[in-house]
Amino acid sequence: MFAYIIRRLIATVPVMGVVALFVFSLLYIAPGDPAAVIAGDLATAEDIARIHAKLGLDESFLLRFGHWLWGVLHGDLGVSIFTNLPVAQLIGQRLEPTVALTLTTLAVTVAFAVPLGVIAAWKAGSWIDRLVMLVAVLGFSLPSFVLAYLLVLGFSVELPLLPVQGYVSIREGFAPFIAHLILPSIALGLIYGALIARITRASMLEVLSQDYIRTAEAKGLAQGEVLIRHALKNAAVPIATVIGIGVALLISGVIVTETVFAIPGIGRLTVDAILRRDYPIIQGVILLFSAAYVLVNLAVDISYTLLDPRVRY
Amino acid sequence: MGRISAGCWRWAAAAMLAAGLLAPAAHAQTSGKTIRFIPEADLRSLDPIWTTAYITRNHGYMVYDTLFALDEHFKPQPQMVDTWTVSDDKLIYSFTLRDKLKFHDGMPVRSADCIASLARWMKRDGFGQVVAEAVAEMKAVDDRRFSIILKKPFPLLLEALGKLSSNVPFIMPERIAGTDANTQITDPTGSGPFKFVKEEWVPGNKAVYVRNPDYVPRDEAPSWAAGAKIVKVDRVEWLYIPDPGTAVNALAAGEVDWWQQLPADLVPELQKNPDVTIAKVDPLGSIAVMRFNQLQPPFNNRKLRQALLYVIDQKEIMTTLAGDDQSNWRTCYSYYTCGTPMASEAGAGALSGPRDLAKAKALIKDSGYNGDRVVILTATDQPIVDRQAQVAAERLREVGLNVDLQAMDWGTLITRRTSKEPVDKNGWSIFFTWLVGPDMINPALNFPLRAAGEKSWFGWPTDDKIEALRTQWVEAPDLAAQQKIAAELQEEAFASVPYIPTGQFVIPTAFRKNLKGVIVAPVVFLWNVEKM
Repeated sequence: MFAYIIRRLIATVPVMGVVALFVFSLLYIAPGDPAAVIAGDLATAEDIARIHAKLGLDESFLLRFGHWLWGVLHGDLGVSIFTNLPVAQLIGQRLEPTVALTLTTLAVTVAFAVPLGVIAAWKAGSWIDRLVMLVAVLGFSLPSFVLAYLLVLGFSVELPLLPVQGYVSIREGFAPFIAHLILPSIALGLIYGALIARITRASMLEVLSQDYIRTAEAKGLAQGEVLIRHALKNAAVPIATVIGIGVALLISGVIVTETVFAIPGIGRLTVDAILRRDYPIIQGVILLFSAAYVLVNLAVDISYTLLDPRVRY
Repeated sequence: MGRISAGCWRWAAAAMLAAGLLAPAAHAQTSGKTIRFIPEADLRSLDPIWTTAYITRNHGYMVYDTLFALDEHFKPQPQMVDTWTVSDDKLIYSFTLRDKLKFHDGMPVRSADCIASLARWMKRDGFGQVVAEAVAEMKAVDDRRFSIILKKPFPLLLEALGKLSSNVPFIMPERIAGTDANTQITDPTGSGPFKFVKEEWVPGNKAVYVRNPDYVPRDEAPSWAAGAKIVKVDRVEWLYIPDPGTAVNALAAGEVDWWQQLPADLVPELQKNPDVTIAKVDPLGSIAVMRFNQLQPPFNNRKLRQALLYVIDQKEIMTTLAGDDQSNWRTCYSYYTCGTPMASEAGAGALSGPRDLAKAKALIKDSGYNGDRVVILTATDQPIVDRQAQVAAERLREVGLNVDLQAMDWGTLITRRTSKEPVDKNGWSIFFTWLVGPDMINPALNFPLRAAGEKSWFGWPTDDKIEALRTQWVEAPDLAAQQKIAAELQEEAFASVPYIPTGQFVIPTAFRKNLKGVIVAPVVFLWNVEKM
């Protein structure tokens, strides 16, 4: 197992290298020039050309990629073209809100969606099942930004219970920290929860029709024990897979949620950097995202060994 | 159902209150002496000389001070300067700095700092470059006194030193002002009324300023950028909230105190809120602009540009851009910001008269227009740009132009407009933008009005008469002479059409009723504002 993890971690290096080269190439051919954005609306073409040269943007593709790669290999993600601050510092500033939002959403949705999926499967065909599936369909159908505005309108404006926007670090107190994450987590998590609930239900239905479940029930085991110990454990592999895939959904969904709730996270950093062509930030964030995806996939693969003793690496 | 819901709400509220999660906890961040302010844009650069971005200019006014500052009568008034004299031959200006001026690092403001700052500004700013051509030498007499020695009389020197909008000649410490003008400074040390808290700066989210306790304000009442800059709060937080829906809710809920630019379509929503004041504190507003590429067909043809003066309807564009409420916009048939001393309607008949499509079509025919593609660039992420482009594109099609409206984001547009190539090689014919009123008030400041060919702003118009008149205007001895030359220049501009002004509009501001003392000025200033 240890050797497997090491092999997988080593395998991430070429994957991230390919991602880096691909992103760098895309940015190179994409329209837009950060020098024009920096110079402002009143600048002349000469001003822009001067800034362009100063930033080294007139260097060849290979030279620019080489400089950047050399920096990355030495732990230096470069400096933001606009703010002149190190990319690592900017990402560091933004990491906490995004991680907090992602983890909160993950925890809340898993905590609600898995039991709902189990109950729906247990009571398949009943009104409970139909209600759970209705909520799941709503979750898929309602864009997260629409839900976000509705939640803000209901719980922040009409009924001023929770803050409209912003983020408060956990270091400044647990209560304001959680208060600022409740609405964003619901807005972000509904679609994710819907996906998990549906997959859990489908997976549980398949398992519940197996002979060993009937045997367990015939032995007189309590319903809860049958559902949790026998059925859910055997249905867990596809659920774990979809939770892993869902993390990818969360990372992309976080961009919209962070914008609507003005949370200073990685998502907003990415959008702002793309709009103003701040190449070092875009490259740094993409590298981070690709590393996150690879690690999440690795975690999901490892979880299989815990959930299913037959799986061995 | 209603009774159950109300019960649930009460239960939820009680539970959350018990957990300390409710709004009071969230709102507790807003202390009595902190103004939470949503600025017009995200602060990305700290160098107001390196970039012309208005947000960085506004940051500059927070942390820096200026030698002179423009007042509401368009007069430059001494700001850091205590006294000044000019020699009889108008060639030597001598300045004495006010006593006890200190930078945020505790060092005194010296003549050397002022000279280094002006020298850097003159390398970047358009008006500064005009000044540089007239300056023979800048010389420190001692730490508080310095002189600017001119090669020839330059009556607008004080106006230049008190320039209101980008780039503003802010005074920085010599060690910072010595930075190459093309390299961005990162040290925000100034001598202005606020200090920038760099450790709390999160680009894309928050910029924090605290009161500078060492700042010594002038005695005069505040008037635009001039007069006393008295800071009445301990701290100002700029919170960048890009989504208007979130911003409006945050202001309504009291999580922020002031939203600098309220979109016209959200005015009715906030008007219903008794805790919010909606005001127009920008007396000059902004000027919308339709710019032609004069290096390439078809708008290298003067007659074709003139034809469009009969087509463009400022009222139509302004209504689309700023709404039906006419207090938010006005027609402005002048190349100078309406409401300022140089503005007039000299030569503006084609633009100000009734729209005349028949006349336009006749001029288009006379111009020899042969169906060349007219590429209009529009930025869908900039409503002020996009709305102008959409309206104009329809009108241009009506008079028979072969319009190709190309949508993109602003970052792409401002790169694309640097292209001097023909439209079939990724070039362009027209783009739209807007500039703040102070940038357009006279021939020296009005950047798009320059017509020096490839040295001019994007579009690169050439008109020797405009350039000659600009030089005359800069050297004009008094207001009457300036107005006469400005009118003559404008008549020429309406004949050669470097751009078409498409209207003047103001973006309302909105703040909580507990804010008092907001200064009416074309630039947003945060001194003098009190939080009750």
